[in-house]
Amino acid sequence: MIKVRAERLNFYYGATRALQDISVAVQPNVVTAFIGPSGCGKSTFLRTLNRMNDIVPGTRVEGRVLIDDADIYAPGVDVVALRRRVGMVFQKSNPFPKSIFENVAYGLRINNMAGSRSELAGRVEESLRQAALWGEVKDRLHESALAISGGQQQRLCIARALAVRPEILLMDEPASALDPIATQRIEELIYDLKQAYTIVIVTHNMQQAARVSDYTAFFWLGRLVEYDRTDKIFTNPAEQLTEDYVTGRFG
Amino acid sequence: MDKAVPHFREELEALLARLLEMGGLAEARVREAVEGLVTRDPALIAKVRDGDEPLNRLHIEIDDRCFRLLALHQPMATDLRAIVAAVKINTDLERVGDLAVNIAQAAGRYATHPPVKKLIDIPQMSDIAQGMLHDALDAFVRRDTRLAQQVLNEDDRLDGLKTQVFRELLTYMLQDPSTVEPALDLILISRHLERIGDHATNIAEDVIFMVSAQDVRHHTAGGA
Repeated sequence: MIKVRAERLNFYYGATRALQDISVAVQPNVVTAFIGPSGCGKSTFLRTLNRMNDIVPGTRVEGRVLIDDADIYAPGVDVVALRRRVGMVFQKSNPFPKSIFENVAYGLRINNMAGSRSELAGRVEESLRQAALWGEVKDRLHESALAISGGQQQRLCIARALAVRPEILLMDEPASALDPIATQRIEELIYDLKQAYTIVIVTHNMQQAARVSDYTAFFWLGRLVEYDRTDKIFTNPAEQLTEDYVTGRFG
Repeated sequence: MDKAVPHFREELEALLARLLEMGGLAEARVREAVEGLVTRDPALIAKVRDGDEPLNRLHIEIDDRCFRLLALHQPMATDLRAIVAAVKINTDLERVGDLAVNIAQAAGRYATHPPVKKLIDIPQMSDIAQGMLHDALDAFVRRDTRLAQQVLNEDDRLDGLKTQVFRELLTYMLQDPSTVEPALDLILISRHLERIGDHATNIAEDVIFMVSAQDVRHHTAGGA
């Protein structure tokens, strides 16, 4: 079974082809990591999976991205609904300048998923628990989200993404701005979340990719060089380019 | 990262150089132990018997280097396999050094008796074992899986010679009980040399793993 499938995907920023013929099949309920040097296209590719690039002017997509066998670039696709199914967490935690509670409730409200007061409160608690944040914030739900630590803010953003019950969670360098303890929390969280979600993570940190992911894709100059089980990529990659990258012989 | 990588390479090269130094030392000690046996030279025998310290020091130093490289650089792929192989080869070489001491001890005892016979098979076993050790380390340096495979094939010759030595000495012991004690020492020595061949075999298997990521131990991959 395949959750996300890209087929000969090309992506252009103006005349520049940033992704070249990417074909990849992401399995459900596993963590897939995208690694590669800066500018290799891994973040661009991640953002094609919920059409986040649509908002960047002058960009163009060729090829197909299928989620559950349906092309998300087909005409008539509801992009808002797509992004509800495919949630995203960014490098810099970006909580709204609202209370902790309202940050998580926000997506539910705008998607008309809020329900009754108690239903809403239940969903907020459930999401905060899933993001392993509940214990730390349960007594201060109505304080500003900007008052908690960076690591907590990032888990709040994960809770916010989970609140609308997505199927897929995209994470773009979710721990790169965090200290090692907060990073470990996020990594543990990713490990726990994969039981319920399909997770794709972009990371510069190869050790992190090795620790959290089941599959790893190595990108280089807009191409997908190698995609395989994570243990294979880091102990015995098939491609010399991958070998050079994971052993630090690059550049 | 630009700076860290050459630094890691240097450290890795230094590790491999020390491992080779250790291999050369272990090989020399086997050669000297058997030379001491053949020439009945008490000084040479004593030199091997009491001279294990440099090898033991290298054993500890190499383990320490491997440990630090793993902890500080978190190597991947080929580099990871090279360091894991180095840890194992290090242990094998240390054991070879111990076996050289065991040979020297037996040679010392043997020299207190009249010779049982002219030594032919044991020096030959020693040559084969040293050759295997040498080739295994050469394969390691050159990342040569073919040479490593040759080492694996050599092991059967060594085993065959050991059996031959045992049978021959058995006839001496049956004919003349006064030869039992020195003959047993020769049997022990042949056993030690056969074990050295086993360690060379282990090293060759580690080389194949390091280069091709194939595990050929216990015939898991059919001895490719």
